[in-house]
Amino acid sequence: MSDSSSEENEDTTWVFYRDRPEWKDIEPLSQDDGVDVPVVEIAYSEKFKDVYDYFRAVVQQNEQSERALQLTEDAVKLNAANYTVWQYRRNILKSLNKDLWEEMKFAEKMINQNPKNYQVWHHRKVLVEELNDASKELYLTEIMLAQDAKNYHAWQHRQWAIKTYKLFDDELNYVDELLIQDIRNNSAWNQRYFVINNTTGFTKEVIEKETDYTLKKIEIAKENESAWNYLRGILLHDERGLSKNTEVSKFCENLYTSGCHSPFLIAMIVDMCDENVSKKHNDPNFSLERALNLCDDLATKYDIIRKKYWEYFANVLKEKAEGKVSP
Amino acid sequence: MAVPLKDIEIKEEYPKTLLLEKHIKFIKQYGQSENDFEYGMTDYLRVSGMYWGLTALELVDKLDSLPKEEVIGFIQKCQDPETGGISACIDHDPHLLHTLSAVQILCIYNRIDAIDVEGVIKYVASLQLPDGSFTGDKWGEVDTRFSFCAVATLSLLKRLNAINVDKAVEFVKSCMNFDGGFGSRPKSESHAGLIYCCLGFLSVTGRLDIVEQDTLAWWLCERQLSSGGLNGRPEKLPDVCYSWWVLSSLSIIGRLHWISSETLKRFILACQDTESGGFADRPGDIPDPFHTLFGLAALSLLGFGDIKQVNPTYCMPQYVIDRLQLKPQVLK
Repeated sequence: MSDSSSEENEDTTWVFYRDRPEWKDIEPLSQDDGVDVPVVEIAYSEKFKDVYDYFRAVVQQNEQSERALQLTEDAVKLNAANYTVWQYRRNILKSLNKDLWEEMKFAEKMINQNPKNYQVWHHRKVLVEELNDASKELYLTEIMLAQDAKNYHAWQHRQWAIKTYKLFDDELNYVDELLIQDIRNNSAWNQRYFVINNTTGFTKEVIEKETDYTLKKIEIAKENESAWNYLRGILLHDERGLSKNTEVSKFCENLYTSGCHSPFLIAMIVDMCDENVSKKHNDPNFSLERALNLCDDLATKYDIIRKKYWEYFANVLKEKAEGKVSP
Repeated sequence: MAVPLKDIEIKEEYPKTLLLEKHIKFIKQYGQSENDFEYGMTDYLRVSGMYWGLTALELVDKLDSLPKEEVIGFIQKCQDPETGGISACIDHDPHLLHTLSAVQILCIYNRIDAIDVEGVIKYVASLQLPDGSFTGDKWGEVDTRFSFCAVATLSLLKRLNAINVDKAVEFVKSCMNFDGGFGSRPKSESHAGLIYCCLGFLSVTGRLDIVEQDTLAWWLCERQLSSGGLNGRPEKLPDVCYSWWVLSSLSIIGRLHWISSETLKRFILACQDTESGGFADRPGDIPDPFHTLFGLAALSLLGFGDIKQVNPTYCMPQYVIDRLQLKPQVLK
């Protein structure tokens, strides 16, 4: 829910629309809430009611004017999530032929105040499309991601701008910076995948480079779900699979031998065993027995909260080995 | 390097039992306080707000405490005669989110005849784009949330054939990530709320075959933190609404039993407000109808006897889904 009520108390110079001489010709129009329905009954604040009563009146007359534009500004400041106001505002911008770069500044301001609001981001997107210019979008989203590095709206907007206007060039560097700041930023890991998937694709060289990169990050934070997930994502493109990629398997073994019991590490070794058993590679390092022991360790020591999952997985492995289920 | 995971601590003093009577009072009284500024600003989500409150009350068998005819009359006035869509409030623009909420309410009341059904169908169909995706309104953006809203609405009206289902499935499939999860658009980050939308979509359309069942279920199980609560993405704080989105997703793909239900129950109960009633996102925060519905619905999935059985696909009482003879797909 958007929260714009903070302005309420600060704004001491506010003049109600009903007290403004330039609005004397307009008869305000109250919200029709139907009859008394307890679930929907509302207690409007006075300022809110004033602005929206005038907004409804203006809409009813379809007034497209400077003062109506100003009114929509007040209305979205009070409630940025009101999609009807935004749409009406866009109609006015168009009919008055307003400078959309000015509106871009307003959109930026509103995004800053309501970073998790769908409508403000959508407004921005419409303006970018209208101007056919996304040159300010990377900057804008960087500012917003500096405040909240996982803001889904900001990422969605950024991905849209990058993909639509082909702005991939520096994106991996940006992702890298974000991961240096917070190695566990799942959104940044996802962005890494997004960029590669849309540019080079996962060629043999890219897989090698990305594997190196990710293993180094895992060394820093061994319980980082995001990095382990990303590693799995890359390895899905590796024809050798999990256990035959010696760089990864050696890395995992060394980590395990060093005493690391990260559930993600052990889960990876279990999957290597699973692959080995399913494909009948008969590699003694990745035997069914080892997998079952590791599942038991996870269920009873290292990942107790997901006990039922590990018990289930152990059963699936047993059944696979007995040939009951196809791999 | 021992970096603590983002989580909360469940303190001893947090509530441990279900405060049913308080929740009923909370929902019934919500928005009736003169000082309730937040609620005054919420006309833009009124119909969905009604669905949250009303479904919550029905799950605890107290729906008759609301004036049924007035609710139905209000919804009728929110239908736009031109497009057929339903808006959040009278004279607002129609939107798919509220169209679904309105249809859900009317199905619960068994009064779908109260609106122009053909109009709704025409409206939903008009929002499908050539790539199979849906926009939320005639100006809006594409998002997998709207794919779910579209098929949920149409299936409740028994008119799924009004859209190109194969194309719609194709789009949702294109939003599936390597971790088995789904995002809002192709290659957007996996997010538990959007996973629920996509699984709900696939459940309604009977296409759960495209899901990587165990890969996704594992990702969903990883959402459970030591506190018992569930988050929506890695490294985020737990939140009651994700109790619903993760649990309903796990139910749809037949893996509800993989998480630790006792610790999750403890987390959800801890998010109740002992004074005002209602559930908040986390213990100690301000409660609202949205989290109250999802808290109750999650407890229903966990088998709480005092709460009616909820359907994981539609987030509506199971008996309503049975009455409509709908059988949304679930995996074994």
